[in-house]
Amino acid sequence: MSKSRLAKNSIAMTGVVIVALYLLSIAVSFFWLPFDPVAMDVEHLLEAPSLATGHLFGTDEFGRDILARIMKGSTISLVISLCATALGSVVGVLMGIWAGYLGGRWDHWIMRVADVLFSFPSLLLAIFVMAILGEKTFNVVFAIGIVYIPQFARISRGAILTIKSSEFVRAARSNGAGSSFILFRHLLPNILVPLIVQVSLSLSVAILLESSLSFLGLGVQPPAPSWGNMLSGARKVMVLAPWTAIYPGLAISFLVLGFNLLGDGLRDILDPRLRNVR
Amino acid sequence: MGRYIAKRLLSLVPVLFGVSIIVFFLVRLIPGSALQMYMGTQVEATPQQMEELKRIFGEDRPVTVLFVEWLGRILQGDFGYSLRTGRAVLPDILSRLPLSLELTLFALFLALLIGIPQGIASSLKKNPVSDVINRIVGLLGLSLPQFWLASLMVLAFSGTRGWIPMGNYIKFAANPLRNLQMLFLPALAIGIGLAAVIMRYTRNSMLEVLQMDYIRTAKAKGLKKRVVILRHALKNAILPVITVAGFNTGYLLGGAIVIEEVFALPGMGRLALYAIYQRDYPVIQAIVLVIATLFVLVNLVTDLIYALVDPRIRLDEGKKQS
Repeated sequence: MSKSRLAKNSIAMTGVVIVALYLLSIAVSFFWLPFDPVAMDVEHLLEAPSLATGHLFGTDEFGRDILARIMKGSTISLVISLCATALGSVVGVLMGIWAGYLGGRWDHWIMRVADVLFSFPSLLLAIFVMAILGEKTFNVVFAIGIVYIPQFARISRGAILTIKSSEFVRAARSNGAGSSFILFRHLLPNILVPLIVQVSLSLSVAILLESSLSFLGLGVQPPAPSWGNMLSGARKVMVLAPWTAIYPGLAISFLVLGFNLLGDGLRDILDPRLRNVR
Repeated sequence: MGRYIAKRLLSLVPVLFGVSIIVFFLVRLIPGSALQMYMGTQVEATPQQMEELKRIFGEDRPVTVLFVEWLGRILQGDFGYSLRTGRAVLPDILSRLPLSLELTLFALFLALLIGIPQGIASSLKKNPVSDVINRIVGLLGLSLPQFWLASLMVLAFSGTRGWIPMGNYIKFAANPLRNLQMLFLPALAIGIGLAAVIMRYTRNSMLEVLQMDYIRTAKAKGLKKRVVILRHALKNAILPVITVAGFNTGYLLGGAIVIEEVFALPGMGRLALYAIYQRDYPVIQAIVLVIATLFVLVNLVTDLIYALVDPRIRLDEGKKQS
């Protein structure tokens, strides 16, 4: 992939810019936040957004600054999504490439496990896992990660199957290379393209899943701010104070849009077969 | 075709068995036994009563035996009893299932109704600007969290009567029109993401088909544009759209869980959430099992529809067998 192709693709670049903005806001939030995101302020409950008070996005039902909470929440949401995607992709890819490479009984059993995990709607599986493990932040990572395992397993298995009998693999084997060496040095680098695209799209879904879980009270627990639990709190007061519901929702939507654009653009850039279709 | 259906049905058995293993054993991971959870709210029991309870909760038998017993009861339609209300779980689920299914089908209908015409329209006028706009609108549909969209709908329509169910849900049998009016916004919130997906698939598929020779032939014959697009192009372009719509229907069912909560609809999702908040594990187990089974069945039906409209699939299967 050349840099110029990324720069020329307006879809991917828009995604890059959006994600970069969020990363910047996270970086800033470590050093500076407009207000304390957790401390209550009973004198400024449900204040409308205004420049004069300094609450640019207004305050919530406990008088906490919404902008500060969104900034703080972006760290939590992004870290959870990154860890969950990392967990799901590493486990899924390992399962998938072993299944694809070894074939036979291994392939059969590994893919049956993936089939079973695929039999749950992703949100239901995540909710079920949270119900069992209990509402802790680390468990959210696990609940979302497990959703991704079968997806990555299938994609990487399919990719391995198409290249496993190529010349270069046979050449490596006849040179005496072991299975692990062939898998990780020869095969894995060649299937990275579909995996990178999938990672980007998975990040967007992870953000949505995390916010859904937190919205239902099964994810990040208050008072720690997460976009999902901010919206959950906003439900009681949004008729009086619509800004409590609008800004956190926009924060989620734009980041998800950013990852979607990035994934979409990357697919165009990296997959030559699709380049002329769209 | 009969043989194909039988084969596909048979392939469900190991998958559903795996699902039941996960549902059963994951719940076993919870610290503390079901008996302890049950006793937490009860007065003290005599040793004899404890023995009896242990037998009922199966603490005197190995886990594998319990699993087989549990699976046997499930297959006979006995999904156990709620730890909180003491009522049988299955009737409660069955009474709420119709609403969740109606919501899912309504959402699917809206998604197709929005997605397919939009997809066709955008495939016909192709220029870089409308391309980008289309893609962004499509991606935006995927990027909005359903529950947020639903909350905004509640906010926007809370003043107008009849659109937001909020507590006084009317069944379809009682008043079909009022029922559909109430479910319209929830279904839209669930279906809009799928509408975006369907739009993209329809568009890409149409663009591919429109380049084919037989489309040029049809145009050269002097057929009307409408006939060429609907009869010749769409009929072939719709195949991948069916698959995508079908496989996503199961996810709509998952989305219904959250949306029911936002609109206070008494469906299965709400039952599940309350069971989770109250740690009512037999109910959770049963609902997860029912939804996963439905999900698998929906995927099977999608496969069958696909095989029905595209004979090539069946022929392929036949070749593999011989």
